[in-house]
Parts: sequence; C-alpha cells; structure tokens
Amino acid sequence: MKDMQNVQHLTEEERRLVGYNADEFVDENFSGHSYVKEIILTLFANKATAISLICLLVIVLFAIFAPMLSPYTYKEINSKTTNMPMRIPVLEDLGIFDGTRKGVDMYAKKGIEDQYHYFGTDNLGRDIWTRVWVGTRISLLIAVLAVVLDVVIGVTYGMVAGFFGGKIDMIMQRLIEILTGIPNLIIMMLLLLAMEPGIPTICLALAITGWVNMSRIVRAQVLKLKSNEYVLASRTLGASPKRILLKHLLPNTMGQIIITFMFSVPHAIFFEAFLAFIGLGVPIPMASLGTLINDGYRSAMLYPYQVLCPAAVLSVLMLSFNLLGDGLRDAIDPQMRSM
Amino acid sequence: MQANDQREVLLKVENLKQYFPISRSYTVKAVDDISFTIHRGEIYGLVGESGSGKSTTGRSIIRLYDPTDGKITFCGQDISGKMPRDTVRMLRTKMHMIFQDPMASLNPREKVMDIIAEGIDIHQMYSSQEERREMVYAILKKVGLSKEHANRYPHQLSGGQRQRVGIARALIMKPDLIIADEAISALDVSIQAQVVNLLKSIQVETGCAILFIAHDLSMVRYISDTIGVLHLGHLVESGTTADVFEHAVHPYTRSLLSAIPRPNPLLEKDRPIMTYDYKTSGLDYSQGTYHDITDTHKVLGTDADVQRWLKELA
Ligand SMILES: Nc1ncnc2c1ncn2[C@@H]1O[C@H](COP(=O)(O)OP(=O)(O)O)[C@@H](O)[C@H]1O
Ligand SMILES: [Mg+2]
Repeated sequence: MKDMQNVQHLTEEERRLVGYNADEFVDENFSGHSYVKEIILTLFANKATAISLICLLVIVLFAIFAPMLSPYTYKEINSKTTNMPMRIPVLEDLGIFDGTRKGVDMYAKKGIEDQYHYFGTDNLGRDIWTRVWVGTRISLLIAVLAVVLDVVIGVTYGMVAGFFGGKIDMIMQRLIEILTGIPNLIIMMLLLLAMEPGIPTICLALAITGWVNMSRIVRAQVLKLKSNEYVLASRTLGASPKRILLKHLLPNTMGQIIITFMFSVPHAIFFEAFLAFIGLGVPIPMASLGTLINDGYRSAMLYPYQVLCPAAVLSVLMLSFNLLGDGLRDAIDPQMRSM
Repeated sequence: MQANDQREVLLKVENLKQYFPISRSYTVKAVDDISFTIHRGEIYGLVGESGSGKSTTGRSIIRLYDPTDGKITFCGQDISGKMPRDTVRMLRTKMHMIFQDPMASLNPREKVMDIIAEGIDIHQMYSSQEERREMVYAILKKVGLSKEHANRYPHQLSGGQRQRVGIARALIMKPDLIIADEAISALDVSIQAQVVNLLKSIQVETGCAILFIAHDLSMVRYISDTIGVLHLGHLVESGTTADVFEHAVHPYTRSLLSAIPRPNPLLEKDRPIMTYDYKTSGLDYSQGTYHDITDTHKVLGTDADVQRWLKELA
C-alpha cells in the first residue's frame, strides 16, 4: 500500500493490516518550513529588501569601525587645515576627489600631502569622515533606544487597553488623545529645555510621543485577536489573562510590532536630525547626522561636500530602513501587501 | 424512557437567558428562557438554523459569557453566577469545547504539542516534561494522529487533522462534557464522517457526554441520543432521537424534517415540503410553556397550540 496519506478512516486493526505504523510514518505533504524560516526566505527573495539589508549592514559596520580605524578623532580641532576638500586614495588618480580646489592642490599647499581626509574637513579642521560615522553611530543609537522605549511602553499600553477593554480602554484612549492633542514639538522642546541636553534626554523626548503609534497598532491587533477561537479555547481551559496575553496575543502581534519598529526607526532618526537642525541636538563637540547637516548647511554654497556627505548617509540609512520595513511587512503579513 | 432518568444528571440548564444589550433601547435576546438536561455519557444534539442561538447557548454554559438569567448546574455545582475558586477549577477541567473553524481555533504560532498540552500546563497536571510528552503522545494516538504531528505547526496540517488536534486539546483533560460547536461544519463531507465517528468512539470509550451543536440534521440523527431543536433563542422541541425524528409535533421541527432529502428517488419525488414562517404562523414563543408529550418528549407552546398540533398529527 503506497498511498498512506489517508489512513485516518481506518481502524487500528486495519492500519496494522496494511502495515501502517504511525510512529514511523512521516507525512511529507505538509511538513515544511517553520514560520521564521519562511519569513527569512520570502525576505531574501525580494531584491530591494536584500539590497537594503546589505546597505544597512555596511552602514552599521562603518559606524562601528570607521572611527576606530581613522587616524583622526571626531573632536580634534586643527586650525591649519580648515575646510579641506575631499581626497580619496585610488579615486584621486582618476582626477576626482584628489584634494584640489579650482586647480590648486590644497593638500600640497598646506604641506600635508601624506594625509587623506576622505570627506574633507569642516571649518574647524575636523575630519568629516570620522565625524560622519561617529554621527551615524549616535543617530542610530538614539533612534534605536527611543524606539525600544516606544515598544516597551506602546506594547504594554496597547495590550492592556485592547485586552481589558471597556472602561479601562476608554480612559486609556482619552489619555492618548490628550497627549496627541498637544503638538509634539512643544512637548519635546519643553523637555529638552528643562532637562540637561544629551543622548538620554533626546531619546526620552522622542519616545514620549512616539509610543502612541505603537500602542494603537498593538491595541487594534489585540482587539482583533482576542475574540479568536484559540483565545476562547484558552479561556475555556482556565488560562489567566497573563497567560493569554503572553502566550497567544503577544506572539501573534509580533509581526506587527516588528514592522512598526522598522518604520519607527527611520522616523526617529529623521526626527532627531530635525531636532538637531533647530538647535536641540546633541551637545558640541558630539555629532549626530542632524548636527552635521546643520553645520554643513551653513557653508553649503562654498563647500557643498560638508552637507552632502552626512545627508547622503542619512538618506541611504532612511531608505534602507523603509525598504526593509516594506519587505518585512510583505514577508510577515502577506494580506497587508495590497495596502 | 425509564433508563434515561436513572442515569445521573450531568448538566442541568434551567430558564437560561442570554441577552446582549446593543443600545439603550435594543437588546438581542440570543437565548431566551431555555431548559434542558444532559445525562452522564449522553450525546445531546442541539439543532437549529443559523442565528438561532446555538453557539450562544454553548458559550453561556461554558461561561465564556455571563448568563443574563437562569441557573446552570454542572456535576451538582451551580456554575451560573459568581463561582468560588474550586468550582471554577472544576468547570475549567471538566467541561471543554471544540470549535467550528479548525484553523482559527489553533494558535498559528504554537506547535501541536504545546496546543494540546495547554490545559495540563495551566492546571499543572504532570510532574515532568517526560510525562507531559507522553500524555500528549497518548492523546494524539487516540485521535488518530502520530507522534510526528506533535512538532508541526497548525498550518502544516490538513483540515481534518487540525480538528483532531482541537479534539485532542479537549480530550487530554478527561472531560465529563465536551461542547462541539459545529465541529464538523467547516470540514469536507468525507472528513465530516471520520470526525463524527471519532467523537462517537471517544464517547463510548471515555463515557463523557457531548453537546453536539449542528445544523445538519442527518449528522445529528446519526450521533445523538437526545435532540433539542432551537429556534429564535427558544427550545421549541426536545426528546430522544426517535421522538423528534418520528413523532415531531412542533411545526418548526416538522418543517426542518421535511427539508431532509430522501435517498429513495421515488419517495424523494413526492416528498411533502412544509413551510414555516414564525411571523405568519401566529405563534408567540414567549407565551408558550413546555408540554410533555411523553416522558422524554417536550414541546413548547400554549395549551391550545399543542392541542391543535396533536390533532393535526392524529
Ligand atoms: N456577542 C454578541 N453580541 C451581540 N449579539 C450576539 C452576540 N453573539 C451572538 N449574537 C446574536 O445572537 C444570535 C444568535 O447567535 P449564535 O448563537 O451565534 O447563533 P448560531 O450559533 O445558532 O448560528 C444572533 O442573532 C447573533 O447576531
Ligand atoms: Mg454558531
């Protein structure tokens, strides 16, 4: 008997007669990949996602290692070598990025032909290459910390509101409305003015309004899932609310949480840059992508590379996060693809 | 029948009402004043058209809802109001439910092993992981699945296999009552019979009672000992399978029965079709009381209604 897929209608005795042994038999038809494996496969099948993932990886690696390997530090001021043009080995042989300005080799003029400032230097003579990667590091750190705070607050708030519903939910939603009723920027500015400027303060300022979005998404998902039959089944088995939340609702909301996380990070990076741009960034001499763009912007007409380099890194970073978020959404929740 | 009355009463539902307030002025009376009893080891079939309140009845009994009014007694304990701790524990271990949609009733992120073990996890019914595994394997075997299925996710199973997992989840608790809410309605016809046979063999083997909710009369006839017919939240007729199928009194029941196709083409050709419309029938369910036709056979109606129906049949 070859076809043993369908033995369910047989009795024990009949199964024994046809030589079917349940413990040995593996049903090939349906055994497949686990959920996570499937997501990863779908993810890499998408070219844009794969490229964005590689870009992100490269940026993160540079942010970690470039400042370490660079002979300059991000805060070293050198009044002799201000506003040096870009000079990159190999490329300089092709006649681009060779450290000349209007035909004059600035590096020779200053007598530092042995030095390479890949992205040039700023008006205080600091190496922009080093500062860009240190800035990326800090921007990423702020964004990820802020979004992790978002997740912790937003997921807890959303799950409690969605699961318990009724009056509790009503009060919690009114609180959110009050919070979102006040313009973000005012809350952030007050906070940044009241507290000592620095990375923790900026994270807090970003998270204080950022979690609302996460909590709404989680609440909606929990509202949808909690009347699902597997939750009902769990309740009829006597599961506590804690167990239902952690075993059933949280794992089934994870996809949405990850997707929202991926879209929140670039948002936070951009908001941090925006704060820096209006003068509420990390204190000098620290740098974030935002403060670098702000500094470079002042001399953008004379030395455009000073703003273009950090702006390019910021753009690639945000684009990669958004593309990755898109790809993840497709992989995790195929029904949302049409949206 | 005398035999029935000698068996121990497992579940007694008295004047159960389940209302859902929609707005201040409008309330859905999903279940309106129904009473019935299920004996130990009995299969009770609850039939009725869609929206008649079958699922609501099941969910009120298992206390997914808080009943608006009425009394439910299970294993001799009152489970209708606020319950003391050990009554809750008794209810949660001794009464279980099998749901309609086999996919929706299994958590897609859990493996079959963990889905089935949920009940014994919650109530700490094992002393070692080894014992837990063995308990799950034993139940898997009982419902016709193999050990190998324990490591699957629900989406890696077929519809019939999923429903078997749902049955295993209820069965591992050794329940006294299983509520099967349209447990076969979402399955292919060929698999329906397998699952019904499985339920029946489980009932024989473990002696648990089953509240079998369905809209398919032929399945209910095949499996049930006793049948209740639900219409618009009222239990219009109840009795043994023979009472209801051969001596139906209520016009709604008779119209339901007349809709069953007959296998014999000659009979099928002139099968009389009875139509029944509550609005034009002139009946008012809320005025009716239960009338005993025989010891086991009850019909809901006013005295005059029941007299008239009996005369029609005679
Ligand atoms: N949670 C609820 N809130 C409001 N109305 C409900 C709710 N559950 C069921 N109903 C209503 O109660 C009636 C009976 O529903 P249900 O018990 O699901 O019927 P059945 O299972 O027999 O198809 C329907 O009219 C339905 O709309
Ligand atoms: Mg139903």
